[in-house]
Amino acid sequence: MKPETEAELAEMVAGLSEPMRIVGGGTRGVDGLEAVLETSGLSGITLYEPGALTLVAQAGTPVAEIEAALEAEGQQLAFEPIDHRGLLGTSGTPTIGGVVAANISGPRRIQAGACRDFLLGVRYVDGMGQVIKNGGRVMKNVTGYDLVKLMAGSWGTLGVLTEVSLKVLPKPEAVATLGVHVADAGDAVQALSAALKSPFEVSGAAYDPQDGRALLRVEGFSDSVAYRTEQLKFTLSGFGEITEVSDPVELWRNLRDVRPFHGQEGDVWRISVKPTDAPEILTRLEADQTLLDWGGGLIWARVPEGSDLRSRIGVFEGHATLVRTEAKTVEALGRFQPESSGIEALTKGLRARFDPRGILNPGLMG
Amino acid sequence: MEMPRPNPEILARKQAVLSRLLQVLPEDAVIHDPAETRAYECDALTAYRCPPMLAVLPSNTQEVSDVLRICHDEGVPVVPRGSGTSLAGGALPTADCVILGVARMNEVLETDYDNRFIRVQTGRTNLSVTGAVEEEDFFYAPDPSSQLACAIAGNIAMNSGGAHCLKYGVTTNNLLGVKMVMMDGSVVEIGGAHLDAGGLDLLGVICGSEGQLGVVTEATLRILRKPEGARPVLMGFDDNEVAGQCVSDIIKSGILPVAIEFMDTLCIKACENFAHAGYPDCHALLIVEVEGSEAEIDDQLSKIIEIARRHNPVELRESQSAEESAKIWLGRKSAFGAMGQMNDYMCLDGTIPVSSLPEVLRRIGELSAEYGLPVGNVFHAGDGNMHPLILFDANKPGDLEKCEAFGADILKLCVDVGGCLTGEHGVGIEKRDLMSHQYTPADLEAQMAVKDVFDPKWLLNPAKVFPLDASESRRDVRIAAE
Repeated sequence: MKPETEAELAEMVAGLSEPMRIVGGGTRGVDGLEAVLETSGLSGITLYEPGALTLVAQAGTPVAEIEAALEAEGQQLAFEPIDHRGLLGTSGTPTIGGVVAANISGPRRIQAGACRDFLLGVRYVDGMGQVIKNGGRVMKNVTGYDLVKLMAGSWGTLGVLTEVSLKVLPKPEAVATLGVHVADAGDAVQALSAALKSPFEVSGAAYDPQDGRALLRVEGFSDSVAYRTEQLKFTLSGFGEITEVSDPVELWRNLRDVRPFHGQEGDVWRISVKPTDAPEILTRLEADQTLLDWGGGLIWARVPEGSDLRSRIGVFEGHATLVRTEAKTVEALGRFQPESSGIEALTKGLRARFDPRGILNPGLMG
Repeated sequence: MEMPRPNPEILARKQAVLSRLLQVLPEDAVIHDPAETRAYECDALTAYRCPPMLAVLPSNTQEVSDVLRICHDEGVPVVPRGSGTSLAGGALPTADCVILGVARMNEVLETDYDNRFIRVQTGRTNLSVTGAVEEEDFFYAPDPSSQLACAIAGNIAMNSGGAHCLKYGVTTNNLLGVKMVMMDGSVVEIGGAHLDAGGLDLLGVICGSEGQLGVVTEATLRILRKPEGARPVLMGFDDNEVAGQCVSDIIKSGILPVAIEFMDTLCIKACENFAHAGYPDCHALLIVEVEGSEAEIDDQLSKIIEIARRHNPVELRESQSAEESAKIWLGRKSAFGAMGQMNDYMCLDGTIPVSSLPEVLRRIGELSAEYGLPVGNVFHAGDGNMHPLILFDANKPGDLEKCEAFGADILKLCVDVGGCLTGEHGVGIEKRDLMSHQYTPADLEAQMAVKDVFDPKWLLNPAKVFPLDASESRRDVRIAAE
């Protein structure tokens, strides 16, 4: 099914007699049901006011179209959404609805916030086929409950997004990145923390153990970037040799898209932790390959197919999500971290109210 | 403003409820004498008052859980209260309710600079969260004007903002985790020192739910390193429209100031008399603040001043010292108090798309003439969050009603130009009946469904947020169930 308008989509959902898999561009690796409801027919930017830092687009609008429109005005999606195609081996065109539904954020999340922090409003069709709106297109809005946040990262289980409204930000004039050669993950996280604790507004803090460098990004106006880079060199001088990276834009695009894992075999996990817990958790993972982002708070791990990473980690503060694997592993382990019984009851209760017939992406979020 | 009639069956059981509460709380934590419960009869929306049946002041999560379990059991509505600074009547009691005040829970539980968070009990005041980390040069970013008094619990309930959220975001963008007691007394923990939810973003919907989904007793908050410095510049213009255009041009230039504040003539005069900040005598005043090192500030301000010059300002003045900056901000943050010295006032906080600013200000001026009530405008211009302050005389019969009708017209105007009823104060009782102007019945039903899941008996702060007729059947279930 591929509706062309919101009204058509609402009518289709109301008339559904079987569960559906909701698909934007199909690049985020959600498999399962054969019956598919595609949102890519709902496409186009409906409003863009650079002076108000706001953009509204239909859910099926390609991310590339939005990024091009922003680029023309010197602006950007500050939460730096990941392009999952290389990592997951998917094809297709990433859509803004998919980004929102999965709350996809890249390296700048550590400083600027996640996709959900930039989402100002949504329109969606719930499981009964009703069109619902929440939030709007203004930056501050506490009128009623914030269903906007609830929809972000709900993976289509509470409703099918039809339109999203986003806060955008100026694109920085200059970018610089420092690489600090560190001995191990423990030193790396300490270096990243030291930089993030500084007043120098670090907008990326990653560590690739294979490469051995803690990487720190600074963005803004040229003079300011030059100043803060120098200050950071001083702050980090005790952690190891520091070099400046020659092509920071490409480096961070590769980190964003987890480039070092591309074409490599096995399952890929994404683990959100308290940053200083990362070195200890890394040792428990016994992973073939890892990559740290968000100052250590985000661990990407590649392990042999079917490995039960959650039992290897044991009890920890955070959550581990299976990003790439075979269907049987999803069935055995679950894509998302199991919740406490209290939270699970709330989640089930919400799904039962938003989608009483259980037809929107059943089985996806537990 | 209508409130539901108190349930006589609950009132009749006051003694029984009281004795059960006394079994789980120390005697001094249960307030039952009508002379003392009066202290809780209103919040900062003082036009509406009603003493609660009882008030309790628990000291920890266990006590909150015990209180809620008992009230759930007894079918007694509970109105949570932070510091009582709500301008929307969020903590207004009903005569048959128990006020649950979190003021005694004000401990710092953990500070972690390496991971950049602080964990506090939610009765702690906003400013004292920053106070707890200031020694290490850190701060908690959301800064509502009431930050000296307002509690984190209330900030979370209302998703409070402040002057500096153009850069740092509002409460929801700085809240990492909560410990929350559900109406049945069970305790859930959501989020923490790690980023983003594993499953549904329940934290996102709890923040701003006006105490209707649970009572948050502990919060993990993001703390940030203070910038090296900050400096405001004052810009005066002869015309609101020109000031609005200047704001838009600054934003489009790629500079992101931490704050862009706007005041009109009436507010400028009131604040100047109050704070002696040296505000110019003009139609529209902008305070634009940037942060960074001295050189970075100079660089950004020179770019901003260049943009402002193109709009022929009548005044353009950079702050020359920390003392002057403090005065400039004192004036702005005292705006409500300064206006309050002139007369009674009602403060609104509708938000509009920045591009509609001139049109909305013009229309407010016309409405002011029609209603015969003066309005001062002070607001966060960078994000379109308006604060029209309508002056009226509470002792003059009919003035309050006229003021409310005027306020409702302004808020409808905000919605009609693509904005919303409230940007940071919350709906409470004040904007409850206007919700149907912004949302369809299905939109409201979707929100109320969330409350159904969290609080099936509709006992937590039940008469707020949703129009009474929209929530009536749900609240009736509560009474029928007695």
